[in-house]
Amino acid sequence: MLRGAGRRYGERAALRDVSLELEAGQTLVVFGPNGAGKTTLLRMLATLLRPHAGKVRVLGSELPDDGYAVRGRIGFLGHDALLYRELSGRENLRFHARLHGIAGEGAGARIERLLVAAGMDRRGDDRVADLSAGMRQRLAVCRCVLHEPELLLLDEPDSNLDAEGREAARELIGPGSGHSRVVVTHDPERFLPEADQVLRLGIGEVAAVS
Amino acid sequence: MTPSRVAFAAILAKDLRSELRTLQSLPAMALFAVTTFIIFRFGLDRTSLSGSLASGVLWATLLFAAVLGINRLFVAEREEGGFDAIRLAPIDRSVLFAAKAAALIIYLAALELVAVPIFALFFLDSVAALGPLVSVLLLADLGLAVVGTLISSMAVNSRARDLLVPLVLLPLVVPLMIAASGATEPLLVVGGPGYHRFGTWLMVLGLYDLIFALVGWAVFDFLLED
Repeated sequence: MLRGAGRRYGERAALRDVSLELEAGQTLVVFGPNGAGKTTLLRMLATLLRPHAGKVRVLGSELPDDGYAVRGRIGFLGHDALLYRELSGRENLRFHARLHGIAGEGAGARIERLLVAAGMDRRGDDRVADLSAGMRQRLAVCRCVLHEPELLLLDEPDSNLDAEGREAARELIGPGSGHSRVVVTHDPERFLPEADQVLRLGIGEVAAVS
Repeated sequence: MTPSRVAFAAILAKDLRSELRTLQSLPAMALFAVTTFIIFRFGLDRTSLSGSLASGVLWATLLFAAVLGINRLFVAEREEGGFDAIRLAPIDRSVLFAAKAAALIIYLAALELVAVPIFALFFLDSVAALGPLVSVLLLADLGLAVVGTLISSMAVNSRARDLLVPLVLLPLVVPLMIAASGATEPLLVVGGPGYHRFGTWLMVLGLYDLIFALVGWAVFDFLLED
């Protein structure tokens, strides 16, 4: 839930007066031109940026004060894959599993299941540095849902993915995955059929929700 | 919340695995130290050193070699999204500080395993001082690690990182280096090792470590905020 949420970078307002409410299991599609604050909104919801105005409540917790209660319940897929280049895909996923308190055989089984679902099981031991951008994105999708989050924050989730990768991603983070989702995109036509709500951001404009 | 020991072990293991694969820090640190000893060996034109001069050569070399590792401590976190990954996880963020400081202590210990025997070979008549020197090295490493981790985390977002780290770090570690040199000097006197004021300097080192460990633990969470 956002009420008049805003964020500045110095004197420049990156996001102004955004208000919306998303029910559990719903999908919000956010679109707008470059620089309209889409990524800023997503990072704010992920607790990575503090709001400078208004109220932001995520999964029942007020941000930024209760950020600790929300982390671990959010799956974040941003521009960066958040994967270490010198580690393999499996090692990266094991690292993230441990950070999220998932250990032992349960973690291993979950990682294997995700790698298979993403079509990355045969390349899972390759260094991330040796993988194509599309393969890194597939691993990033695995990382995003590894800890079984309730809310997915997805920034251009299809970027770099081929048709097979998009299908795999759809299975893991698509509308049928059972998550609440906020999807930031430059391609609203692609995601509008999945949307329960749409947020249009314009540069320097107050956001419009429909 | 993920237990801190689990997150600590995960971050430390990740750092050590990455360093073993890339060898981005340790070889440079060791090469710098060995080269500096060679320059001192021929520059001073002495086959043996003792007392304050020996102590100064050892600590100046170890300090500047350590700066190379400190500079790179958070580069992967900055360039590969590790900061965001850790900020998104349900962990106490101070765990990152502890894990990075532990990784740096391991790098410094590995550096000293190479550098100190070479120092002894080049400059010392006896290796009797090396035993008690270990306690000085451990306490000085701890101090360098906590201050270095703090400064490195602040400087990593700056384009002038390579300049900023020594600029801020070196003045802060002056008390540490004075205490480490003070504790090392009696160990390396001719006919030594001696122990004049050795215990006092060790206590100063311990106090410095404690203060900066507490400061680092207290402020690190705020350093990771946007």
